[in-house]
Amino acid sequence: MARIEFKQLAHTYRADPRGLEDYALKPMNQVWRDGGAYALLGPSGCGKTTLLNIISGLVRPTAGRVYFDGVDVTDLPTAQRNIAQVFQFPVIYDTMTVYDNLAFPLRNRRVPEPEVKRTVERVAEMLELGADLHRRARGLSADAKQKISLGRGLVRSDVAAILFDEPLTVIDPHLKWTLRRKLKQIHQSLKLTLIYVTHDQTEALTFADEVVVMHEGRVLQSGTPQELFEAPAHKFVGHFVGSPGMNFLPCVLEADGARVDGVRVALAPDVVEKGRRVGGRFEIGVRPEALRLETEPRNGAPRVRIEALEELGHYRIAAVRLGVHRLKVKVPGEQEPPRDAAYLCFTPALTRLYADGVLVG
Amino acid sequence: MNKTYDNRAWFLVLPVFLVVAFSAIIPLITVVNYSVQDIFGPGERYFVGLEWFREVLRDTRLHEALWRQFLFSGLVLLIEIPLGVAIALMMPRKSGWAASLALVLLALPLLIPWNVIGTIWIIFTRPDIGLLGYAINTAGIPFDHTAAPLDAWITVMLMEVWHWTPLVALLAYAGLRAIPEAYYQAARIDGASDWAVFRYIQLPKMRGVLTIAVLLRFMDSFLIYAEPFVLTGGGPGNSTTFLSIHLVKIAVGQFDLGPAAAFSIIYFLIVLLFSWVFYQVLQRVGTGDRR
Repeated sequence: MARIEFKQLAHTYRADPRGLEDYALKPMNQVWRDGGAYALLGPSGCGKTTLLNIISGLVRPTAGRVYFDGVDVTDLPTAQRNIAQVFQFPVIYDTMTVYDNLAFPLRNRRVPEPEVKRTVERVAEMLELGADLHRRARGLSADAKQKISLGRGLVRSDVAAILFDEPLTVIDPHLKWTLRRKLKQIHQSLKLTLIYVTHDQTEALTFADEVVVMHEGRVLQSGTPQELFEAPAHKFVGHFVGSPGMNFLPCVLEADGARVDGVRVALAPDVVEKGRRVGGRFEIGVRPEALRLETEPRNGAPRVRIEALEELGHYRIAAVRLGVHRLKVKVPGEQEPPRDAAYLCFTPALTRLYADGVLVG
Repeated sequence: MNKTYDNRAWFLVLPVFLVVAFSAIIPLITVVNYSVQDIFGPGERYFVGLEWFREVLRDTRLHEALWRQFLFSGLVLLIEIPLGVAIALMMPRKSGWAASLALVLLALPLLIPWNVIGTIWIIFTRPDIGLLGYAINTAGIPFDHTAAPLDAWITVMLMEVWHWTPLVALLAYAGLRAIPEAYYQAARIDGASDWAVFRYIQLPKMRGVLTIAVLLRFMDSFLIYAEPFVLTGGGPGNSTTFLSIHLVKIAVGQFDLGPAAAFSIIYFLIVLLFSWVFYQVLQRVGTGDRR
């Protein structure tokens, strides 16, 4: 178990990078707490896997250093880093039994056989692989194979962190949930540092204590799922996290709020103050969950036209038009669905202000 | 699931059946026909039952050719398969000019007509003007494949290995290229040695292509004709008379169509049997299936 730290880390796959745009990872400083469960969330090609491979040593960073518990490991090869990694597609040794698969990393490190047996049996029990221990790994289902990949990491007592590279991609949906819960249990009982790469926000939000959102080689925000949800640090985070994503509306600042297309939207006074200091192109960001549709006008709530209503089981998503802007509003299931038009109410505490795409407050 | 049964679908396989019939089944039946008759001329033929088979199986020259053939094919497999795999392992893993160059160089011997290969090696190993033959003789070792049976064998083996190892290497290389990078990464994380990577990742993943390589090399080498025929003509003596060469001597040289046909059938059955055994063994080895 270890605390992992990046200092001025950057990586490019090109031999002659001409500018920052050629970098798969832009220069960053980042700390991964010892025993933390992190999710690395971002669209395909944002640099998640590169970052993971830098931690495990499969990729050597172009610039910057990597520290495990304060020790510089940048130049250490993978085998000496004590990292375990679970890949997108299950990697198992076909010709071996489950037992031999789990024992493989230990035998390679010349661990005495009685200890191998003890450890393998303990891990197999934890992963519920006990019944299959002496079967060939080749014939097992994808989720069992993925458990074996994970198990090969868990058998090692010295493991600093376990990295997951979209490990549930090939797993059946109904097993994903079980496997994710298993991971969570293992994390709680072993207190390992886990870093979990995914582009699936549900997976990220349910798995992690802390979610790190990446986009185009940069870490845009890292925080608890709630922080990401309530106060996205960047427009991209607002779009990417949440389904549907955050609504963004261009606005101008006024004395005690913002004006969107002639409609006044209340903001906290300190936010307005801060926005004025920062300057830039302003937008307000508001989650579909932080909007309400009312049938009666109240506190000058603007009247909006309802263009579409999407049934999603226990709730609905309404697409409404406010002036020239289109917004998504979440309508709770118990509420009578509004027809044609309604009054749109904002929640001031959950209405955010962005300047040039970055959160003001 | 409900399946629809419609026997008219058999018509869809009719073209394939016709092609196979003309290319394999009808010629084979012709051979069977010859093997049970004594033919003196058109309209003058007698049914002899299994007489030709008995005669062929008692033929000591054929026994010798058969053992020679097994020795040859065995050596071919023992040398070409490991060597081909070794070459494939040494080739660049990523595509690029180096990989392309290696592929072209490997493919060259495969592009040369077989009888030309025999000719090339005749000249190459001649003691008076051949590069190899002259060099060995100059080094003080007498070497002449037209006179010494061992030298003839060495020459035929060298030619065969030079000609066909590239095929094994190409197949093995294709198998290696198909292994996802994650396997190598996982192996590095698990602390696996190079040997362990070969033994537990590369070799199992090459099972399919190596099965094909073994079958092809066994069948081809067991049926070898053109190259040794051109190179040694089966000599000196009968030392490099392999089964095909012997068969042609009976069929064309002595015009004994009956024994030749009986022999062809036995020959075919041997190849079929061994190919089946190799296939079964290679499909199961190391997988734990015991069916």
